[in-house]
Amino acid sequence: MSQSLDRRTLSHLDELEAEAIHIMREIAAERERPVLLFSGGKDSIVMLRLAEKAFRPAKFPFPVMHVDTGHNFPEVIEYRDRRVQELGERIVVASVQESIDKGRVQEQTGPRASRNQLQTTTLLDAIEEHQFDAAMGGARRDEERARAKERIFSFRDDFGQWNPRAQRPELWDLYNARIRKGEHIRVFPISNWTELDVWQYIAREELELPKIYFSHEREVFKRDGMLYAVSEFVERFPDEEPFTAAVRFRTVGDMTCTGGVVSDAATIEEVVTEIAATRITERGETRADDRVSEAAMEDRKRVGYF
Amino acid sequence: MATSKEFLDTELLRLVTAGSVDDGKSTLIGRLLYDTKQILVDQLEHIEDASRRRGHDYVDLALLTDGLRAEREQGITIDVAYRSFVTPRRRFQLADAPGHVQYTRNMVTGASTADVAVILVDARKGVIEQTRRHSYITAILETPHVVYAVNKMDLVDFSEERFDEIALELAELTSQLGLHDETAIPVSALKGDNVVESTDAMPWYAGPTLLEHLETVEIFGDRNTQDRRFPVQWVIRPMADEHHDYRGYAGRVASGIWRAGDEVVVLPSGARSRVASVDAAGEQLEDALPGQSVTIRLEDDVDVSRGDLLADPEQPPVTAREVTARVSWMSEKPLEDRARLLVKHTTRTVPARVEEIVSVVDILTLTDQASPGKLELNDLGVVRFRLAEPLAVDPYALNRTTGAFILIDESTNDTVGAGMVIEAQSD
Repeated sequence: MSQSLDRRTLSHLDELEAEAIHIMREIAAERERPVLLFSGGKDSIVMLRLAEKAFRPAKFPFPVMHVDTGHNFPEVIEYRDRRVQELGERIVVASVQESIDKGRVQEQTGPRASRNQLQTTTLLDAIEEHQFDAAMGGARRDEERARAKERIFSFRDDFGQWNPRAQRPELWDLYNARIRKGEHIRVFPISNWTELDVWQYIAREELELPKIYFSHEREVFKRDGMLYAVSEFVERFPDEEPFTAAVRFRTVGDMTCTGGVVSDAATIEEVVTEIAATRITERGETRADDRVSEAAMEDRKRVGYF
Repeated sequence: MATSKEFLDTELLRLVTAGSVDDGKSTLIGRLLYDTKQILVDQLEHIEDASRRRGHDYVDLALLTDGLRAEREQGITIDVAYRSFVTPRRRFQLADAPGHVQYTRNMVTGASTADVAVILVDARKGVIEQTRRHSYITAILETPHVVYAVNKMDLVDFSEERFDEIALELAELTSQLGLHDETAIPVSALKGDNVVESTDAMPWYAGPTLLEHLETVEIFGDRNTQDRRFPVQWVIRPMADEHHDYRGYAGRVASGIWRAGDEVVVLPSGARSRVASVDAAGEQLEDALPGQSVTIRLEDDVDVSRGDLLADPEQPPVTAREVTARVSWMSEKPLEDRARLLVKHTTRTVPARVEEIVSVVDILTLTDQASPGKLELNDLGVVRFRLAEPLAVDPYALNRTTGAFILIDESTNDTVGAGMVIEAQSD
């Protein structure tokens, strides 16, 4: 038959897309109350597109949840609200400010204050409140060394903790989604994607992104070799003079811990070219939270960080 | 310099690397990443710094792959690590499996999805028990291509004679195992010879470097495009007026090429219909290839739900309640006769009972030994199961999706084993 001579193969993006869709459908089918975490960042924007591919023409069989630190870039919040409305999906916003107001967490103070760590409590509280048993996120294995060892279905005990030495083996595309009451699973459908894959996919699917991903003029100041956006959320040291620069952001986190890079890349095409040629990892360049110690990510994950 | 276009339509190659720290596996991976310029400035600074603190007078590329604190402290590799790299010719997805004897389960895990297995051989030691174990796992997991990276050639003076001796030992091993496609490449991961760059040190070797081989090994023929199989994952039924009658079966094509008009049998029920359309994200496709996640609609209103398998009625799988399979046991608690477990096969999970532990493999001789009545952690054996409900299965050698299953311990929810179907008795 002519079929045996079929030399067509899937491109790497097709293959990664198919894998991610498969994972989303598995979790939707095997857990009762999944949720899709959405930050407004490029990875979670890709996740929304994948969810469309997995479940359209029906609605998503889960809500979308944003853990809002209250220190987000305004462009991102604007994008989030518009995008969710376009999709016609349900959104749950879990607020770090509320956790602070309720006394669940203590706000840090000073120029290095960040709400990044506080998110963990808000996330775990929201998971408990809504009884979510699976939370899908856009984390990737190329982001950090501890992630490289994490499973696609990653288990959390009833304290939200990850135990890297007791992970379930993952074979073929057979995922074991069984848990006990109180436990939950973090699921990472785009585990195997790289930053470059994500950008190529955004280009291929013509996905819209928040404007801060592209070169724009902004008031910034320099700290630890990174450029931070000037904002009401970040106190500056006396010697940190603001100046204007053409920057773009490679990751979108809190304004308190996300640095920009000097760049003229104003289109997706230009960003992809820049990423393909870049010599510094995304987190190493722009995330202060991973620079604290050699095992920074591992430590945060163990206590329940995404 | 790379551009966006250059990397857009590359094929994805999944590979597993097997070998121990002593074989220089981490160094080989570090070398692959380093010489293909995948290591970025901050990562390099990090390992340079870490190497200095450990008192090394060289940059220890092995540190790149050791992700967890315990591994860095103890200088060991605990678990499978997944990483990516890209060249203008291919996008690589690498599962790095630690090679200690007790970590067989990690190799099985990595090999289950791999197109290519890269097995490290120390040129000074030649074929050792671990080489046999890794080769055997590759064979039973049906990993289509195997590359032996004969490493540390610098420590045997880049000797052609020594390489030929090892190649001969390997040929004996692979013919015993019936591997389909194997290649041996002499390398020095530490010095970089024949990993990415070719070398003057071994003028007698005319073959490709490891990377060249990985970039060019043909994988399109490895897929099963003949026997149509489609496990149903999820039923798409929009509760909206505009799609009122839409009923689609979502899943990932296990094998075969699917088109509108194809005859379909639904298993295990046996109901018949035809493919009305193959959709992706609500749009109709011309066809779907193995590996694609799509939605299939049928012409008739038949009863189909998650766990069912759509198949070609001319070449159907066996619907069976008794299955004999090779099992890789992954739990510290041994598998015993009469044990009750859950079998997850494609999208269906059914209770099962061990009827008989038929045999266990002796890795030294690669022969099946009479059963000791149980399988211990990291044992590979043959087991006969009785299933509470029928499953539609194919022999694993014919189909890596419908021939595979995992075993789940219902009391702990852990994944405790992996199975590859040898034969199934029709119900």
